[in-house]
Amino acid sequence: MAADLWTALFIAILTAFTGYEVISRVPTLLHTPLMSGSNFIHGIVLVGGIVALGFATNTPERVVGFIAVVMGAMNVTGGYVVTERILAMFDRSKKGGGKP
Amino acid sequence: MTSIAQYVVDAVYVVAIIVFVLGLKAMSSPATARRGIVYAWVAMLIAVVVTFLSPGLSNYLWILVGVAIGGGGGYYWAKVVKMTAMPQMVAVFNGMGGGAAAAIAAVELLTSLTGATAYLSVAGAIIGSISISGSVIAFLKLQDWMPSKAIVLPARQYVNFTVLILAVGSGIYAVGWQHTFYLTPFFALLVLYGILLTLPIGGADMPVVISLFNALTGIAVGLDGFALVNGPLGDAGYAMVIAGVLVGAAGSLLTVLMARAMNRSVGNVFFGAFGATEETGGPTGTLRPIDATDAAVLMEYAGEVVIAPGYGMAVAQAQQKVKELADLLQAKGVTVKFAIHPVAGRMPGHMNVLLAEAGISYDKLFDRDEINNEFPSVDVVLVIGANDVVNPAARRKGSPLEGMPILDVDKARTVIVIKRGKGKGFAGIENELFYADNCRMLYGDAQAAVAQLVQALKQS
Repeated sequence: MAADLWTALFIAILTAFTGYEVISRVPTLLHTPLMSGSNFIHGIVLVGGIVALGFATNTPERVVGFIAVVMGAMNVTGGYVVTERILAMFDRSKKGGGKP
Repeated sequence: MTSIAQYVVDAVYVVAIIVFVLGLKAMSSPATARRGIVYAWVAMLIAVVVTFLSPGLSNYLWILVGVAIGGGGGYYWAKVVKMTAMPQMVAVFNGMGGGAAAAIAAVELLTSLTGATAYLSVAGAIIGSISISGSVIAFLKLQDWMPSKAIVLPARQYVNFTVLILAVGSGIYAVGWQHTFYLTPFFALLVLYGILLTLPIGGADMPVVISLFNALTGIAVGLDGFALVNGPLGDAGYAMVIAGVLVGAAGSLLTVLMARAMNRSVGNVFFGAFGATEETGGPTGTLRPIDATDAAVLMEYAGEVVIAPGYGMAVAQAQQKVKELADLLQAKGVTVKFAIHPVAGRMPGHMNVLLAEAGISYDKLFDRDEINNEFPSVDVVLVIGANDVVNPAARRKGSPLEGMPILDVDKARTVIVIKRGKGKGFAGIENELFYADNCRMLYGDAQAAVAQLVQALKQS
């Protein structure tokens, strides 16, 4: 049992360094997509919601689990669409930017 | 008793994680950013589908309905919202993630109040709940559904601290003494704390607030993941640990960068109630107004014009007009550049997004560090709705802005400031720039004022 927690802790530590390294040299230009992209990535919370609701056995658990799934799903799709829209604009501006 | 199906699930999760990290990496460069988000989307889809298909689940209908409601709602909302409303959208979706993390922790606590995992759930619940209620307040402020000024309640430090202690205490009590009842005040007090924490933070500090809540949600998700690794679907827990910590680390870094751009600590942003008090006194002198025709002439005969946008441009949605102005000037042979302060606007990179939306090429946008040395040789700087980030008082000892890295626009030959009225900036202090000899004020709403400039340029 406890071994899993230790494994998770090691993973967490290594991930923290990875996150720091991957992000540390991001230009200001990408601060918004980066933030909104990481906003999308923590939408992984949806899988936790699915697990919580999928193994719920009584009504209170189901109701709260349902809330978790709704919110998690909203986080994932909303976070993705927002990021996509922002990045799409950068793409367009790269190509010399519209008509005068 | 690991089954073949379990190996497949494990392997698929590993693939998803790799694609995730590659996606985040790709998002750190403009050329590959769009590919990066698609990678991350694929990874997310894999993780969600494989979780849904894992053996042992029940309540399938509830799950599907929940995903349909949340996913459909999030998709629709994110599609229809205007680009100018992006900061509050990011706040909302971030809050949703925090809320989901808190709800998952609640389910875990309802299921079992024993062992180390229960305390991990308590920790996840604390951070997730603060993140959702704080994000909602941030949303209301950004949406102007409540005053965006700092709202300072009496003795708030003591009140806030007491609320937090009571909340954490009831959470620990609930787990330590196996009292499900105490979970209710636990969550209620946490939500209250998130509200109290965010109320005293004013609008211009929002870039720090949004990126901090983003990091917090990541950490909450990671903590939930810890609580789930021993559960029936450990893989989901590991995935949450990795994605959550990744966001937590990246988000914390971004938060610190934002705070540093204002020469303040993250603690000062949250507990300092900055901008609630107004300085009396300040610089005196006369403001010199200019009309649009004269301003247009100044710019037309300049060799180089630098535009420094701020929140005023976002409020007035003037970015299209600004693009028109830049194009006209360029057609007349004037070099046009944009100087972007890291905390201009209401979220990290806010100005970049708006100017990109208008179709301005990002190689015309320059960071503070890139352009600051150039100002002495610039003929005209056009400040559009920015205030504190161009206030030279930041260089003076004893000013509330002391030490804040600013755009040195006052060093240019002429500065034209588009400003709605004579009000002060967010920091509540007079802007010494406006009284400088080389500064001219062009009063008006940013969109209207820039439209006048465009008109004047077209006629000349």
